[in-house]
Amino acid sequence: MNQQRHPFKKWLALVPLGFIVFLSGCELAVLDPAGPVAQSQKDLMIYSLYFMFGIIIVVFVAFGVMVFKYRDNKPNRKDEDYKPNLHGNTLIEVVWTVIPIIIVTALSIPTVTTLFELEKPPESSADKEPLVVYATSADWKWFFSYPEQGIETVNYLHIPTDRAIEFHLSSADSMASFWIPRLGGQKYGMAGMENILYLQADVPGTYNGRNANFNGEGFTAQTFEVQAQPQEQFDTWVQETQEQAPELTQDEYDSLLKPSLVEEMTFSSTHLQWVDHGTNAGRDYSIIRHRNAYDETLHIENVPGPGWISENE
Amino acid sequence: MQLDEFFVTGEPLIYGGMVAIALVTSAILFILTYFKKWGWLWREWLTTVDHKKIGIMYILSALAMLFRGGADALMMRTQLAFPNMQFLNAQHYDEIFTTHGTVMIIFMAMPFLIGLMNIIVPLQIGARDFAFPFVNALSFWSFFFGAMLFNISFVIGGAPDAGWTSYTPLAGAAMSPGPGQNFYLMGLQLSGIGTLATGINLMVTILKMRAPGMTLFKMPIFTWSTFITSFIIVFAFPILTVALALMTIDRIFGSQFFTLTGEGMPMMWANLFWMWGHPEVYIVILPAFGIFSEVIATFARKRLFGYNAMVWSIILIAGLSFLVWVHHFFTMGAGAFVNSVFSITTMLIAVPTGVKIFNWLATLYKSRIVLTVPMLWSLAFIPSFVIGGVTGVMLGMAATDYQYHNTYFLVSHFHYVLIPGTVFACFAGLVYWYPKMFGHKLNERIGKWSFWLFLIGFHVCFFPQYFLGLDGMARRIFTITPEWFTLNFISTMGAFMMGLAFAIFVYCIYYSYRYSEREISGDAWGYGRTLEWATPTPIPAYNFATVPQVNTHDAFLEMKEKGKTTFDEENLEPIHMPNNTGKPFIMMGILFFASFFLVFEWITLAVIGLIGGLVMMIIRSFDYDDGHHIEVDEIKRTERAARGL
Ligand code: HEM
Ligand SMILES: [Cu+2]
Repeated sequence: MNQQRHPFKKWLALVPLGFIVFLSGCELAVLDPAGPVAQSQKDLMIYSLYFMFGIIIVVFVAFGVMVFKYRDNKPNRKDEDYKPNLHGNTLIEVVWTVIPIIIVTALSIPTVTTLFELEKPPESSADKEPLVVYATSADWKWFFSYPEQGIETVNYLHIPTDRAIEFHLSSADSMASFWIPRLGGQKYGMAGMENILYLQADVPGTYNGRNANFNGEGFTAQTFEVQAQPQEQFDTWVQETQEQAPELTQDEYDSLLKPSLVEEMTFSSTHLQWVDHGTNAGRDYSIIRHRNAYDETLHIENVPGPGWISENE
Repeated sequence: MQLDEFFVTGEPLIYGGMVAIALVTSAILFILTYFKKWGWLWREWLTTVDHKKIGIMYILSALAMLFRGGADALMMRTQLAFPNMQFLNAQHYDEIFTTHGTVMIIFMAMPFLIGLMNIIVPLQIGARDFAFPFVNALSFWSFFFGAMLFNISFVIGGAPDAGWTSYTPLAGAAMSPGPGQNFYLMGLQLSGIGTLATGINLMVTILKMRAPGMTLFKMPIFTWSTFITSFIIVFAFPILTVALALMTIDRIFGSQFFTLTGEGMPMMWANLFWMWGHPEVYIVILPAFGIFSEVIATFARKRLFGYNAMVWSIILIAGLSFLVWVHHFFTMGAGAFVNSVFSITTMLIAVPTGVKIFNWLATLYKSRIVLTVPMLWSLAFIPSFVIGGVTGVMLGMAATDYQYHNTYFLVSHFHYVLIPGTVFACFAGLVYWYPKMFGHKLNERIGKWSFWLFLIGFHVCFFPQYFLGLDGMARRIFTITPEWFTLNFISTMGAFMMGLAFAIFVYCIYYSYRYSEREISGDAWGYGRTLEWATPTPIPAYNFATVPQVNTHDAFLEMKEKGKTTFDEENLEPIHMPNNTGKPFIMMGILFFASFFLVFEWITLAVIGLIGGLVMMIIRSFDYDDGHHIEVDEIKRTERAARGL
């Protein structure tokens, strides 16, 4: 069995190399930020990656050398190369304990500062008041309410660029996670609780957003689109919506809450006038109305073509 | 309830499953009857209290569960291989990832390791069985019936579909009606009894039954890791027990601990789950570390480097594992301060883990590495696991975790730690100790094929997933969009390579059973260092005819140098051994039915079952069976035959 070819895994060295080439060569959503929040998270990621590559390279090289050099069937092995009772060396053990501690410290400091920064609106738009948007998840759709503008959208949203958006996250029923990868990290929306998430787009464009936390059958389809546009265009859109979109009635809202997939919709009033699911009073609003709606599944299948998922039958 | 509600209907794949179950069951029944093996099965296996046989049953069940979980995985990967795939619909996909996760962690990884502990730990410390052999049998049957209960859900009643994490309110009665989620709760609860009991059992065994001279700091490292793991079990599992019980009461009796109505606290479930769940991932990794340490020292033919540092890192990791649970939901909005604290505790775990990695590397330094199959699995673990570890640290940095959380980046991380960690260790341990269990080695050539295929398949499968995560692909979605096609397709190819490798591994077992040379020496590899290799093969029921005096770390190495064996003819004494008993099997069988009735909320029947369980306990309490003695003559005969004297 000792005559097998040596196991020095050259291909393993290709792994970190491929990693670097890959990261620099393509535009992965999270590494292609369109706003300051996602940017600060990307910076922290890249910073941490240097350490990670360092660790990987050190371990891989040490590993490769050990396996190559000390394999039993290596030709011309010298006798002094074998010390079966070698079992410790205080100096080296201290070194390889202290270095990881230093690395952890070096990673902790920017992590903590970034964490505190993310709790506040981005610096770059400090001169403007953030725009308040209530993002409410309901199985399996998103409601976006603009209380100051008195409008509400379903499954899409418009935001002005270069201005912080203050999302008030909650859910009418199951827990969801509100995530727009190119604008920044996610946060949970839960019934009876409200989370604040600041995001901002500096580049106009259309971004994908979704619920990232599994919450039942329609989860995959619980996505939305974000239109980031300059303030004037945003204002025009708001005005058009206020003038042209129908009002949202409580009956219609209640039936929309029922577990289902729905199209994009636009209204010239918000559901906040009846219920704020982020408050303790609003936490069971949906479930007492739709308790029995979960008895049957929706038979959600993957249907080819545009709108790649739809309810069957 | 109508019969068509009882059985799951309308899914061709599930009908296939039913047919397969029916065929396999009838085949087994037929073979047992035809070869008149029922008595043998009962006497030798179902009633055994011998730790070695119980261990083998654990491992066989775990392999079956690996097959089940693996089949689930291949179905999921098939569905995700192409955009617009219509192999599984959303509901079915949800059920499959839920069962996959639960089966792999609870019914595969843990039982596999517990099986190895069962067989090896008493042998490593020079004991003749567990401290409580009866309880050990009880533990096994609790696991076995719990696993069966969970596994029948997909044909009877419907499989759970809220994820292995089963977050409330989704998993509550309102949003997940029907028996599916109850199967999860009762399956885990039933098997949890056994896990907790095993934890206590191992703890006492290791504390009280070591060979004379074996102080704690002379114990083999696998025993150490088992010892610490049993502490984690004893502290973590009660949390799960309580959480499961509360959710069961919620769902079946209408209480409101985790509901949206009635001031329930759904997020408390996430906390309780991960207060158990994070220690749980260390329950399945620490024994794996132990196995790698044993295998690496043996086939490097060198003493383990930094034994004390190794032990202390295990202890430190175990302690820290209780202080990091919030990292599973940094995104819940607990605030920057809380997230900072848990980020730091999480990253700190990497320090003792790093120390262990360096110690393994230093063990290889100036060694003589023999590349056997168990050694290959152990060596491959080191670089692969490091990738999983560093991505774990990246996830531990809460500010960036907001971007990785709930994505394929996370999926890749935990597969990079669980597969090279736990699964490689299970393979390494099984191949390494196989000759002790079955009296022959596994074929090395076939084993190497399966190893290389699995290793490459693993990286091909999971490495691309880091990038999918960074590209915004959320976990648990049941179909992909076209821009993610290439990487997903590669990933699926890797998954099938692993599937093929597993098939080759199983073939290797069969091939070796037919053709491998039978072992005659106890020290099958020739490099054994610890006491399990001092026993003859096959291992006699009592393990050690005479228990050796231990002076050093590598007790058997010293015995070999001094020419000593565990058969000191002058000093033989009758050995006291426990008797076989059917009570554990019957008791857990009854509780299986009680749990099954509770799943369907048939309360009267469930209560009757529970009373049955209590009656069995009372019967056991009045059980005065003191076991039997193996006489000196018989020991002599056995040992002489086994040692060829
Ligand atoms: C270097 C040590 C490790 C660190 C720093 C670490 C860190 C983390 C973090 C922060 C998460 C949560 C990420 C998220 O949900 O966004 C996580 C998830 C996970 N880790 Fe680790 N981890 C480490 C080692 C391990 C080990 C050894 C195992 C198991 C053998 C493991 C298994 C898991 C599992 C199963 C999950 C995800 C469970 C789920 O959400 O379904 N990790 N890890
Ligand atoms: Cu964890």
